[in-house]
Amino acid sequence: MSRIDHAEASSQFIADRAHEAFHDKRLWELRLKRDATRDEVPEWPQLRDLASAIKEHTLSHLAQYLEQFEARAKANGAHVHWALDGEEHNRIVADILSQRGATTLVKSKSMLTEECDLRPYLERRGISVVETDLGERIQQLDNEPPSHIVVPAVHKLRGDVAALFGQALGSDAGNDDPQYLSEQARQATRPLILGAAAGMTGANFAIAETGSFVVCTNEGNADLGATVPPLHIASIGIEKLIPRFEHLAVFVRMLSRSAIGSPITQYTTHFRAPRPGSELHIILVDNGRSARLGMADFWRSLKCIRCGACMNTCPVYRRSGGLSYGAVYSGPIGIILNPTFDMRRYSNLPYASTLNGSCTAVCPVKIDIHDQIYKWRRLMAEHNQLPFVKRTAMKITGRLLADPKAFRRTIAVTDAALEHLPRFLLYTRFNAWGKQREVPVSPDGTFHAWYLKNRKVAP
Amino acid sequence: MSSRERILDAVRRNLPPVADVPAVPVFEEDDRTSLWPRFCAGLERMGGRLVEPATGADLEALCRALFPDAAVVCSATPEIAGTRSAAAAARPHDYDDVDVSVVRALFGVAETGSVYLDEAALVRPALGFLAQHLIVLLDPADVIANIHSACHRPEFRDAPYGVLMTGPSATADIEGVLIRGAQGVRSLTIIAAPRR
Ligand code: SF4
Repeated sequence: MSRIDHAEASSQFIADRAHEAFHDKRLWELRLKRDATRDEVPEWPQLRDLASAIKEHTLSHLAQYLEQFEARAKANGAHVHWALDGEEHNRIVADILSQRGATTLVKSKSMLTEECDLRPYLERRGISVVETDLGERIQQLDNEPPSHIVVPAVHKLRGDVAALFGQALGSDAGNDDPQYLSEQARQATRPLILGAAAGMTGANFAIAETGSFVVCTNEGNADLGATVPPLHIASIGIEKLIPRFEHLAVFVRMLSRSAIGSPITQYTTHFRAPRPGSELHIILVDNGRSARLGMADFWRSLKCIRCGACMNTCPVYRRSGGLSYGAVYSGPIGIILNPTFDMRRYSNLPYASTLNGSCTAVCPVKIDIHDQIYKWRRLMAEHNQLPFVKRTAMKITGRLLADPKAFRRTIAVTDAALEHLPRFLLYTRFNAWGKQREVPVSPDGTFHAWYLKNRKVAP
Repeated sequence: MSSRERILDAVRRNLPPVADVPAVPVFEEDDRTSLWPRFCAGLERMGGRLVEPATGADLEALCRALFPDAAVVCSATPEIAGTRSAAAAARPHDYDDVDVSVVRALFGVAETGSVYLDEAALVRPALGFLAQHLIVLLDPADVIANIHSACHRPEFRDAPYGVLMTGPSATADIEGVLIRGAQGVRSLTIIAAPRR
């Protein structure tokens, strides 16, 4: 697959001022709300430490917890399936459905099924799939992937949704009142849920001790999909495990606060066993996770609880939109996850960051996000996955760094040049950094000159 | 080798350095008198409505007064008869025409303003989602401090189905405008009603 050009895609996003400005403002608003609800919890730093430690413990004992989960889930009456990759996951879902003659599936939002590209797979086999989460439904009707893991249609304005619903749902395309639009979605989705042969959810947490899982949502669509049709399929990534039910509290207390700044989601639902007369199928999915577990620099990304806080705080994400990452996951978490799926295709993504560390600072499970981004850059360079311009620039830098004298000469000259060169020379196409940014003011002298003057000790 | 074996095998080969599991405190405050006011504040913040009737008030009449236009009031509680018993449904779809459901919460959570309902309280889980509006009876004495305490409750841990419900269903997926009444219930009313 071809390499994603994040810079080019984001320049298109930025060109649309109204959308870009709203996107930036809306996500920053979520970040501020997150700060406010965090401040109401005095034990927040302890919760982060606990969350991180619980996840690291679980990941370091993952095989045993998976086995425990499976045994308990079976004892509860659930069917448990294992899928090595997206393809196998999709096949399992299709088999479960076709064995029961089911041709209609209602889904709640699940990033894992996006990873597996489930919808087209089922649709090719004559199974109609309806996303029931409003944002996800908007994206499905518009034939776009979600642009954010929590708010999938955050890059759209109300006018876009009005036009889309006018076309797809037959509503009044001239009415862009969000209340009206949400009501249209509710009215259109409800009969589909009532008529569905099966419902599908993801899971936010799977608990080994109880063989059960928890789904956190706001719209009520996941509960409807899971409790109205007679068949419930839950797709769960193997990294969602936590050991005990009491551990759940640590994550539930931070998830919605980190995501949208509310103390908890409207619904925190615990599924342990099938309802009488219905079936519950759990699919445990690897899809690259076991391999990631073995990557010394990157396994900690498996701690992620998909809250989206790192995206909302990221200046690059806010200004470039989720679709510009060309991947299932966008923003800082996407930068560190996507290359584990395809290093060449996503080789540009680690550069979609200023390395300001804000992502790491807000992450509720303390993933070293910006360090991992930096490590991906290094890996990309080692594997010659740098795009041409960066490669050329780095080669020169490499030669300079290997030769201290030349380096000092160049720094002195470059700084002088930065101050005096006309703008049209500084902000060229070849200096991607200069796009959308001002070059910082150069210091008066080089550090080396300062050091020599102030320390008077030869290096 | 089955996929199960291959996954477990790969996981075992790739396990990161062993880390211990920490003990999780419950972070509870001693002040039990503040539980009810904190619950009420949390509920209001999440868009729920609180009704505190006088002791001995007629709950049946109260429900009618709260939803005078409701044609179908479906109750899962002994206190309120409504127009239909939740137990009469043969399948979840039968709740489709319910205007107001009435259920009793097992406990409330002060930290978040949540109420906990299990499948016994709901008869069928769909009762709490297909209805247009939901009334939940809650004994103020059943309010506990926070989510940690909730996760220590066996009713939550062991139930085949259980939900911590906080306000009515909601969405902010279009331009961040908050809409109460997304796909589940349009409103949530908590009636303070001590257990009989
Ligand atoms: S990396 Fe951290 S902040 Fe980002 S989505 Fe995952 S848990 Fe949230």
